[in-house]
Order: sequence, then C-alpha cells, then structure tokens
Amino acid sequence: MSNASLDAIAAKSDQPFPGAPNNWRRFFSFSTDHKVIGIQYMVTAFVFFLIGGLLAMVMRGELITPEADLVDRTVYNALFTMHGTIMLFMWTFPMLNGLSNYLVPLMIGARDMAFPRLNAAAFWLVPVFGTLLMVSFFIPGGPSQSGWWAYPPVSLQNPTGNLINGQVLWLLAVALSGVSSIMGAVNFVTTIFRMRAPGMGWFRMPAFCWTVLSAQMIQLFGLPSLTAGAVMLLLDLTAGTSFFDPAKGGDPVLYQHFFWFYSHPAVYVIILPIFGTFSEVFPVYARKPLFGYRFVVVSSLIITVLSAMVWVHHMFASGTPSWMRMLFMFSTMLISVPTGVKVFAWVATVWGGKLRLDTPMLFALGGLVCFLFAGITGVMLGAVPFDIHVNNTYFVVGHFHYVIYGATVMGIYAAIYHWFPKMTGHMYYEGLGKLHFVLTFIGVNLNFFPMHPLGLMGMPRRVASYDPEFAYWNVIASLGGFLLGVSTLPFILNIVSSWVLGKRAPANPWNAIGLEWLIPSPPPVENFEEIPIVVSGPYGYGSDESLVANNPAGELISEHS
Amino acid sequence: MQGAIDSTPVVTGHEVAAHEEHQDLRVLGLITFLASEFLMFAGFFAVFLVFRGSHVQWPPEETEVELLLPAVNTLILVSSSWVINLGTKAIKKNDLAGMRKWFGITAAMGAIFLAGQVYEYMNLGYGLKTNLFSNCFYLTTGFHGAHVFIGLLLILGVLWRSRRANHYTDITHTGPEMAEIYWHFVDVVWIVLFSLIYLLTLI
Ligand code: HEM
Ligand SMILES: [Cu+2]
Repeated sequence: MSNASLDAIAAKSDQPFPGAPNNWRRFFSFSTDHKVIGIQYMVTAFVFFLIGGLLAMVMRGELITPEADLVDRTVYNALFTMHGTIMLFMWTFPMLNGLSNYLVPLMIGARDMAFPRLNAAAFWLVPVFGTLLMVSFFIPGGPSQSGWWAYPPVSLQNPTGNLINGQVLWLLAVALSGVSSIMGAVNFVTTIFRMRAPGMGWFRMPAFCWTVLSAQMIQLFGLPSLTAGAVMLLLDLTAGTSFFDPAKGGDPVLYQHFFWFYSHPAVYVIILPIFGTFSEVFPVYARKPLFGYRFVVVSSLIITVLSAMVWVHHMFASGTPSWMRMLFMFSTMLISVPTGVKVFAWVATVWGGKLRLDTPMLFALGGLVCFLFAGITGVMLGAVPFDIHVNNTYFVVGHFHYVIYGATVMGIYAAIYHWFPKMTGHMYYEGLGKLHFVLTFIGVNLNFFPMHPLGLMGMPRRVASYDPEFAYWNVIASLGGFLLGVSTLPFILNIVSSWVLGKRAPANPWNAIGLEWLIPSPPPVENFEEIPIVVSGPYGYGSDESLVANNPAGELISEHS
Repeated sequence: MQGAIDSTPVVTGHEVAAHEEHQDLRVLGLITFLASEFLMFAGFFAVFLVFRGSHVQWPPEETEVELLLPAVNTLILVSSSWVINLGTKAIKKNDLAGMRKWFGITAAMGAIFLAGQVYEYMNLGYGLKTNLFSNCFYLTTGFHGAHVFIGLLLILGVLWRSRRANHYTDITHTGPEMAEIYWHFVDVVWIVLFSLIYLLTLI
C-alpha cells in the first residue's frame, strides 16, 4: 500500500462520530467512546504523576543533607503521605485503567466496553477525588500525615479539631477512588467475558487481556475490604466510634488487616497489566511467539487467587502470632512460582530472537531487569527473620520502588510507546524515546539502589533527618531522583511534538499481530467496520496463518498492510 | 490450526446500537457488582465476630438487643423476596398490571421494614457511640438499611418507568429483573446479619 493512500486513510479515520466535537475538545467532554476515555484517563493520570513527582523531589531535596532543613517535619510527613497516595491512587491505577480501556475492546474485537456510560462516569470520578485530595493542601492543618497506609492510632489524631481535616479528605478521596475502580472492574469483567469476537476462545485471547481480567477480579474481591476499613476509620474519626481506637477498646491491628487484604492484592492489580504488556511487546520485537502462552496466561489467574492469601507479610512486625507468620511466609514464597513462570517465558521468548531495540522494547527489557531485582528483594522480605530486621527501613522502600518505578512505570512507558502510533496516528521520535529510556533507567537505579544498603544499615523510612553516616547513599539517591525528574522532559516533548507534528503512522508500524493492528491508526469510532472472525491464536510470529477470516477494517483498508 | 471457529458467547455488536448500554449484559454486570458488595458486608461481619471472640460478655451489659421486632421484620423482608419474584414472573408473561401490583406490594413491605428499623433504633436506649457492640450494630444494620433504601428506590423507579407504554414487556424486562436481583441481595445480607447479630445472642 502506498504512503499516499495510507495518509488518506488516516485522514479519513480522524473524522469522529457525527455530532461529537471533532478535535481536542472531545477529550473534555463526557464521551462514551472507550478510546477517548482511555486517553482521558492516561493524560489525567500523567498530570498527577508530575505532581507526585514534584513532591518526591522536594523530599529528595530534604534528604540530600542529614538535617531537617529544607522543610518542616510535619510538612515532610504530609509530603510522603501525599506522594504515596497520589502515585498509587491517582497515577498508577488510572493510568493502567486508561491503557486497558483503550486496548481491551480493540484486542478482543469489540466496538466498545460493555457499559460505555458507566465507563465515562468512572473516569470523571478521577478528577473529582483528585481535586478533593489536592484541596487538603490548602485547609488548616494541611494534608494527612499518616502515610499511605493511614494506620490508626496515628490517623485518628486530629490536631486541628476540625471536622474537615486532611485525614477526612484523604479517606473520602480513597473511598471515591474505590467506587471508581469498582465501576471499572465490573465493566472490564463483563466486557471480557461477553464481548469477545467470534472465534476468540479463551486461549486465543491476547495475554494482555488475561492480565486485565485477573487484575480487575482482584479489584472486585479486594476493594470491598479497603472500603470497609475506610468506612470504619472515617466513623472513628468523625462519629465517635472506636473500631480501631485502642484507647476505647478498639483494635488498630484489625485495620491493618483490612488495609493489606486489599493493598497487597493491589500491587498485583498494578503489576499484572505490566506483565501483560511484557507479553505483548516481547514477541513483536523479538519476532517470536510468546513462549508457553497457556502457562503465562493461566499463571495470571493463579496469581489472582494467591494474591488474596499473602497480605500478612506486611504485618510480620505487628505483633503477629508465629503460626500466622509461618503460614504467610509460605504463601508469599508460593506466589513467586507463577511469577517465575512468567519471567522464564519472557526470557525464553526474547532468547535467540531477532531483537529490534526500538524504544518500547528497551523499556520492556529495562522493566524486566528491574522486576527481577525487585522479585529477589521481595522474596527476601517474605522471609520472616530477614523482614523483622529490615521492616520499616529503606530496604522496603527500595524493594517497592524497583517494582513500581522500575517495572511498572517503565512498563507503562513501553506500552505508551508501543501503542502511541495506534492511539494518535503519529509516530513518536525514536531518538527522544531512546534518550528518555537511558535517563529513566539510570535514574531508577541511582535513586532506588542506594535504598537497599541504607535499609540494611538500619536507616528507617519516613524520616526527614538522619544520622550523618547515611549521607553518602542519600546524596546518590537524591541525584538519581532529580535525574528521574529530568527524564520526564524528553518524554513530554516527544509525546506533544509527535502528536502534533509526527509522521503519519500506518495501521501496523511494528508488523505486529493482533486485532488492533488490522484497523487504521487511530482507529475509527466503533473500531471495527466488520466484527472480526478470529481463526488463530494471538502470537503467530514466524507462521503465515491469518489471524482473522475477514477484513475487520472493511473499506477503510482494502488489504492487510 | 483448527479452521473451525470456537464457540464463544458473543455479542457481535451488529445488532447492538452504537454506544448504547448493552441490555443483556447489565444483569451480569449487576451480579458482579453485588458479589463485590457482599464482601464489604463480610468485612463488617468479620469485625463483629472478632470483637465477639475477644469479649467475655457479648453483647455487653447495657447494650442488649431486642428480638421480637427484628424477627417480624425478617419475616416481612424474606417474604417480600417471594412477592417481587411474582412481579417479574408476571412481566415475563406480559402481565404489566400484575407486575405493577407485586412491585407495589414489595415496595410497601420494604418501607415497613425500614420504618421498623427506625422504630427499633429509637427504642433501644443506646446509640452508635456507646460501645464496640453498638458500633458494630449500627454500622451493619445502618449499611444494610441504606441498601434497602436504594432497593426501594430501584423498585419505585421501575414502577415509574412502567407507566410508559410498552416500556416493559415479556421481551424487555431487564429493569424489573435487576431490581429483583438487587432485592434478593438485600434479603440474603439481612439473613446473615440477623443470624449473627440477633440470633447469636441467644447462644
Ligand atoms: C515476588 C513477588 C513479591 C514479593 C515476594 C514481595 C514481598 C514483599 C514483602 C514481604 C513486603 C513487606 C515488607 C515490609 O513491610 O517489611 C513487601 C512490601 C511491598 N511490596 Fe512487595 N513483593 C513482591 C512483589 C511486589 C510487587 C509486584 C509490587 C508492586 C507492583 C510490590 C509492592 C510492594 C509495596 C508497595 C510494598 C510496601 C508497602 C509499604 O510498606 O508501604 N511488591 N513486598
Ligand atoms: Cu505484599
């Protein structure tokens, strides 16, 4: 197909559905198109990522010297609380929901999600609770200072005595975020169960959709626990109950159970779609089928089940009885088995392939390396004797930043670059992309590796000042932190400039297999002219069988490109 | 590979109007949601049981519960589940008047249940803050009551919409069906709640 005709196609598919604003304004409307909603989620989340990142850099600025000199201790408490909350509830979750929203209907051959209006409502809650949380910076007493866990009794203190205080706003925001996530989860699960294209049996579904399904099922069983805990905490704080207040006979450890029964599985809500991204990206850039597809996708489900049985590993030091410690140490070790299966499959996929090191592949490989490292420290933390030693030190902070920045954020970048041409109809600039990768990868390791020796030496987390003996590694970490701040600049430049000016993207720039690559970039409203009829599995690299029996793009593309 | 096409449950989308809620998926969506909602109640019940286990006397002395009124209420709520079922059965036979009758009766029974609940609250002699038991008592019954209230609104909404001609027929009755499912949910939660908070005090 000639470039000229591709341009014509791309231009044609730019025309949105009749009656809707046909320019950037549609992103500010209550659109029910899953692709618009997907991009709304992602852009909103990215704004919060920048805010959360700024808070982090203020913290790193504080920690570059041992004294608490840049900000006051109470301000520092507010900073880490808001940083953690923003990064999880307002960056990672909405970002991944956005990606899934955009991709799942395309990948399963559907024209939209099952409940488009519910979908839009779920998205619009994000700016609402985001604003609510931001407001707490401007009220007397400032934001919550009790960390992203909000453990009582600390979270039950209300120094200002006001009914509207940082902790209450925090709880309301988290509860609304839960409502939004449940709405999303109901939608995803229904969509994946019932709207797959003809011929797409379970074992012909792309691994990404499997991971989204697994992650969203976790939301369904996990979130109610967080909501219940938050409701009781809110009542304790405002209505005078004493569920978690030890002074009045309540049990603060009970709250920890509620919190971690959700928040441990939540880390799998985060990482599973990243696993899915790895499974999509590696085959494309290694030109090989995903190794052990069935094992990879079934292990997602196994992770879903096991993730509900490990939460107490966050509470080894909370006076937990020893039988419980033993049990949860065992289950924690067990969950690394399906995770290991996946890692093995990715390595085997990449091994011996004709590697094409485009930006998405670089980010995916970098993410995998970080995940391996974090998996090792995770298993170490799962061992009770070791955990008792490093609990509440920087070692834990190092562990989860390797997963959440190293693997998750890098995986998100991989996904963005990989599907950017599809979403926008433009190619990004490869050079800027590579620069972005190099800065990110160096930044992550500079920032987060030093946290491990610091933790082993005994530096506690959540402190604004520390013993001078820890200064060496902290200076390195702070430099890495600032580098990570800088690393977002080439990314923003790349996305904005290529979205506006970039070369037109063909339907399938990576020569990838998948329903989303059979239709124009960006996909037209309703995605498929004709619902695809799937006749083979999702990773037929190196074989020439066709994925579909018809041409889902209809007249938009007359031949497969 | 197998040339044959797997048999998968499919909504091809051709027959589904653009950007509309897909009628037939809503029931599945609702059930998924309620399964999740049930777990939130399970969380509250778990707290109740943990506190029960860690107290010698439960409920503590000044916060006994009454049994007769809640038992009557239980009867009303449980039987209303049968009544609403008659309503959806009627609409499946295209008997709109029948559906409206049974749904109306269900709504009345729901309202009586809520009134009974409020009456009980006013006559117990202790409030939310009194002790851990009363915390749990008001939390669980209050949350359940809120769900009954929402169910009542759903039923009234169905009644309101049924005034439009041909809105609900033997073919299109997702609305009443969903209201019924929700109502059964409220009922099941109550049965667990009643067993735990009221009946367990007898042991
Ligand atoms: C091989 C898999 C993993 C194992 C065995 C593991 C184990 C652990 C353990 C035992 C802790 C508790 C340490 C402590 O508080 O003393 C922990 C903390 C944490 N992990 Fe992991 N982990 C794994 C993967 C992940 C993944 C995939 C994520 C996120 C995407 C994650 C995020 C976190 C977070 C956020 C915390 C700290 C929470 C906090 O205390 O604020 N972990 N991990
Ligand atoms: Cu965990």
